[in-house]
Amino acid sequence: MYRIVRKEILNPTIALLEVEAPFVARKAKPGQFIILRIDEKGERLPLTIGGFDREKGTITIIFQLVGLTTQALARLEEGDYLLDFAGPLGQPTEMEGVKSACVIGGGLGTAIAYPVAKGFHDAGVETDVIVGFRNKDLVILEEDFKNACDNFYLMTDDGSYGEKGFTTAKEQQLLEAGKRYDVIIAIGPVPMMKFVVKTAEPFGVPCRVSLNPIMIDGTGMCGGCRVSVGGKMKFACVDGPEFDGYQVDFDELMNRNGTYREQEAQMTKDHMCRFEKLGKDLIQ
Amino acid sequence: MANMSPNKTPMPSQEPDVRNKNFEEVALGYTVEMAQGEAARCLNCKKPLCVQGCPVNVQIPHFIQKIVAGDFEGAYQVVASTNALPAISGRVCPQESQCEAKCVRGIKTEPVGIGRLERFVADWHREHSDEQPERPAPNGHKVAVVGSGPSGLTCAADLAKMGYEVTVFEAFHTAGGVLVYGIPEFRLPKSIVAGEVDKLKALGVTVMTDMVMGKVLSIDELLDDMGFEAVFIGTGAGLPMFMNIPGEGLAGVCSANEYLTRINLMKGYLEDYDTPVLKSHAVAVVGGGNVAMDGCRCAKRLGAEHVYIVYRRGEAEMPARNEEIEHAKEEGIEFLTLCNPVEILGGVNEDGKPTGRVAGMRCIRMELGEPDASGRRRPIPIPGSEFVLDVDTVIMALGTSPNPLIRSTTPGLEANRKGCLLVAEDGVTTTREGVFAGGDAVTGAATVILAMGAGKKAAAAMDAYIKSKSE
Repeated sequence: MYRIVRKEILNPTIALLEVEAPFVARKAKPGQFIILRIDEKGERLPLTIGGFDREKGTITIIFQLVGLTTQALARLEEGDYLLDFAGPLGQPTEMEGVKSACVIGGGLGTAIAYPVAKGFHDAGVETDVIVGFRNKDLVILEEDFKNACDNFYLMTDDGSYGEKGFTTAKEQQLLEAGKRYDVIIAIGPVPMMKFVVKTAEPFGVPCRVSLNPIMIDGTGMCGGCRVSVGGKMKFACVDGPEFDGYQVDFDELMNRNGTYREQEAQMTKDHMCRFEKLGKDLIQ
Repeated sequence: MANMSPNKTPMPSQEPDVRNKNFEEVALGYTVEMAQGEAARCLNCKKPLCVQGCPVNVQIPHFIQKIVAGDFEGAYQVVASTNALPAISGRVCPQESQCEAKCVRGIKTEPVGIGRLERFVADWHREHSDEQPERPAPNGHKVAVVGSGPSGLTCAADLAKMGYEVTVFEAFHTAGGVLVYGIPEFRLPKSIVAGEVDKLKALGVTVMTDMVMGKVLSIDELLDDMGFEAVFIGTGAGLPMFMNIPGEGLAGVCSANEYLTRINLMKGYLEDYDTPVLKSHAVAVVGGGNVAMDGCRCAKRLGAEHVYIVYRRGEAEMPARNEEIEHAKEEGIEFLTLCNPVEILGGVNEDGKPTGRVAGMRCIRMELGEPDASGRRRPIPIPGSEFVLDVDTVIMALGTSPNPLIRSTTPGLEANRKGCLLVAEDGVTTTREGVFAGGDAVTGAATVILAMGAGKKAAAAMDAYIKSKSE
């Protein structure tokens, strides 16, 4: 059992939990992920590591309230326990030989981009960060990022905070102004990552993307997380989750991520029905 | 006087048309009368050949004679003295190619139903005995077992009985390895596996789940920092293979590992679990092994109207056990042998856009040519024989290879080209001192009982190694 020691609601759709998992915390590195299960009947949910504290023996996870499991996760409180918490899984962010990096995060991806940016910054890498949100209410981790990079650019789709536009607009602007990086790392929705890569391409800047496909075990056993990279089949859980963005088949990934969409929608509906019935039974 | 009936006492089982709609166990087990009747078929040979066919050396005539005498607990004790998991091996062991293949009765008629009798005594013990295993006196030595499948559980049990302080590390949230994620409930109820794991714990074994070894801890750390004097690696062969044909990236294509894990380990067939499973109208399971049979029988139980086995060789060449093939056929699985997929086809919406989901599988008919390296006749495509199979789900059950997580993080641990760990002539000593291995991690995908045999051998080798070091 893994105790929740801290909970924060970062914005209306994103929550943070800090979880006691000393074995995982000893080894965790930026770019890796964990798999958790809330209770016996829950799904195995893969989440990228949002931070770690080796001394306290804790791992921070940051997640968007998009489905059944993440909503249930957000209902837990400090002092509650998770049944399972396995990791650290996947390969850490490749930092060797990198002198300058641009970390681009979109939406929830910004939470995952944070430890990557911090890792680079702490290692003395010149680090630029571009983060993007739909609007001002959804902005997260602004202060944390400011302390974890050299230049910080905040974008909102509607211009209600920071600069107006997508992250790729800022990326384009910086590259056009002559900025060059040893690597651009994009973490966020699949379409965003696809366009970060497209934007970088004419400038010949290396680009890595962090993928979050369907996954069960996280050890290479199920093959659910297979992605086409350079025409070859790779497993995101053991070969990734970061890959060369120029090689990834994003369209296939987006399609495969929708495999269980109908079942998940139905399950969420069923759960709501059960809750409602429970409520009615209680009233009667 | 021996029962000279030429046939085994039939195993009572659920009717095919009933069982293919539920996940309850198919074979129901012998009654006391059936067991004693079958036990009486054993000739109690002086030099029992059956024992030679058993990888864990069960004293077969001895335990069967105890059944004849009505001493079922005594029979269990005989089995359990060499076999740590009798309720499991009694269900999933391919006895027809092991002990029963050597049975003298089998020369002219059907052999004694040794597996069924083993299951009977294990079940009898579970239902009638509440005796707790005795905790042996600790010998002061600490050992680690990586992986809680059949080899790891057997190794841990044998070491614990010798007095070792044993810790088992499991990557998944439940111990049991392939016994819980791979083999379906209707062949091996998960409560039986859990019962065996509980027995281990009662022996003093610590089982740590959620521990992905090679990531969370290295073998070096176990040996150098944590005080373990020897390590057993029983991490199985878990990496699924795919065909590398067009369309394999479509939604609706998955490995048998993924499909079975969702159903078996994560209980996707039970409504109150949150695990999503593909709901299918027609399913093609590609492959001809036991895993393919498990996959197709699960698909049928989840309500698919048509479930096909698509296999490139003939039925005679199928690696699956005959019993599994027969069960699958009885349950309405359609066999397309001498048939190989060449492309998985995606669907198209009304507006002409691709759906991204499986809508069919293009296959080609095959014929058998000369024998290949495996000794089986090589399948050759018949030109112009392509056809489209109407399916919305494709499950790849093409085999698996060992997981590289441990090998790639343990200096000095060598493997062959296929990723199987290299071992000395004893079959269990690896190229790294203090590290032993067994089961599919060494042999590549094989059977539960061979893994159990290796776990047993490794326990003895680890004991000898530690003793030689402490002298």
